Amino acid sequence: MNISLTVNGEIIGAEVEPRLHLGDFLREHLSLTGTHLGCEHGVCGACTVRIDGALARACLVLAVQADGCVVETIEGLSDSGEIADLQQAFHDRNALQCGYCTPGMLIAAQDLLVRDAAPDRETVREHLSGNYCRCTGYHAIVDAIVTTAEARRHNAAVSGNPGIEPGHH
Amino acid sequence: MKAPAFDYVRADSATDACALLGQYGPDARLLAGGQSLLPAMNLRLASPSVLIDIGRITGLDGIEVRGNALHIGALVRHETLLRSATVASHVPLLTEAMRHVAHPAIRARGTIGGNLAHADPASELPACMLALNAAFHATSATGARTIAAGDFFTGLFQTALEPDEILTAIHIPLPVPNFFFQEIARRSGDYAIVGLAASGERLAFFSVSDRPVLFHASAPLDLNPQTDLQATAAMRLHLAGVLRQRAMTALGLQP
Repeated sequence: MNISLTVNGEIIGAEVEPRLHLGDFLREHLSLTGTHLGCEHGVCGACTVRIDGALARACLVLAVQADGCVVETIEGLSDSGEIADLQQAFHDRNALQCGYCTPGMLIAAQDLLVRDAAPDRETVREHLSGNYCRCTGYHAIVDAIVTTAEARRHNAAVSGNPGIEPGHH
Repeated sequence: MKAPAFDYVRADSATDACALLGQYGPDARLLAGGQSLLPAMNLRLASPSVLIDIGRITGLDGIEVRGNALHIGALVRHETLLRSATVASHVPLLTEAMRHVAHPAIRARGTIGGNLAHADPASELPACMLALNAAFHATSATGARTIAAGDFFTGLFQTALEPDEILTAIHIPLPVPNFFFQEIARRSGDYAIVGLAASGERLAFFSVSDRPVLFHASAPLDLNPQTDLQATAAMRLHLAGVLRQRAMTALGLQP
């Protein structure tokens, strides 16, 4: 079946079998191997991507379902600089060891931070509850996300960017 | 962990979906959000010959008060339900229950109709619908009908829907009485070991049988739960009693 979709800003056309899931499409057809495949039944979160701006498991979406959609992967979020501060915070806090869960963690964390500028640690843990990490014990990941939220609030206050922290305006 | 091969067609409308179900027969399955069906296919627990994608049908994703009922379209996604101010003000039981349904990425794609038609006995929504005495609207090539929640769940992953029928909307009678919702799970987002959704004196337990089970608050807890890797039958029975007691206290009901 022929599909056409936007991946990280680029319009892609392809012919795919219906059984191909989006994770395999990204990895095998487009060589975007930052989207990791762990469990392939929606439990581990390693394949988390954004579809039309919302979180999605790439293993639980067929490539044919993504026809006409806007897909963003960790490569896209990295190249645009959207999560550069979050990535640096993960580095600074040792929020990764093997790195397998990291792309999914970053995308899930960014999804929270764009909606909630000041999440508490429990909120962060709840939002990441569908992303498994077998190395870090999660504390460092939560540290990195909370630190990033603080820094973004500070920067927004300094630059006078409205809408992020209403109390300052 | 790859799904077996299948054919894929898109339905443009509910009528079209019914026609396709009739055309492809019992080996075809409807695909909405796919957050239960695709894992089952990846695990090879399900191997439909055709997937009929209803995810792009318009007009089935509304949430609104219609007369004395809250109307929820079958294609409303979990995240939309969770964040709906209309749902929060009219049926807060659903808002509370949705916090326990899977994880953000699953909630962003899963639909209420898909969840209910999947009829997982460990799922929160079927029990909520039973407690709320909801009505399910279904349509087929021969016409539309309404199925009471109490008649809808007929067994493990089994519903009263006919092979050529599609669930189009859920109606919840308003106003709703006070509610109670709790579930006991090992981790946030996991399937519940035992859960209870209560609306007034209607207590609906989930994860205790092959389907959600409804009790009146004054009735004895006559359950015969299953033993599995998560818990023994005795543990489930105990936990169900604990949740019942908490609900009675919270709702000010006489034990």
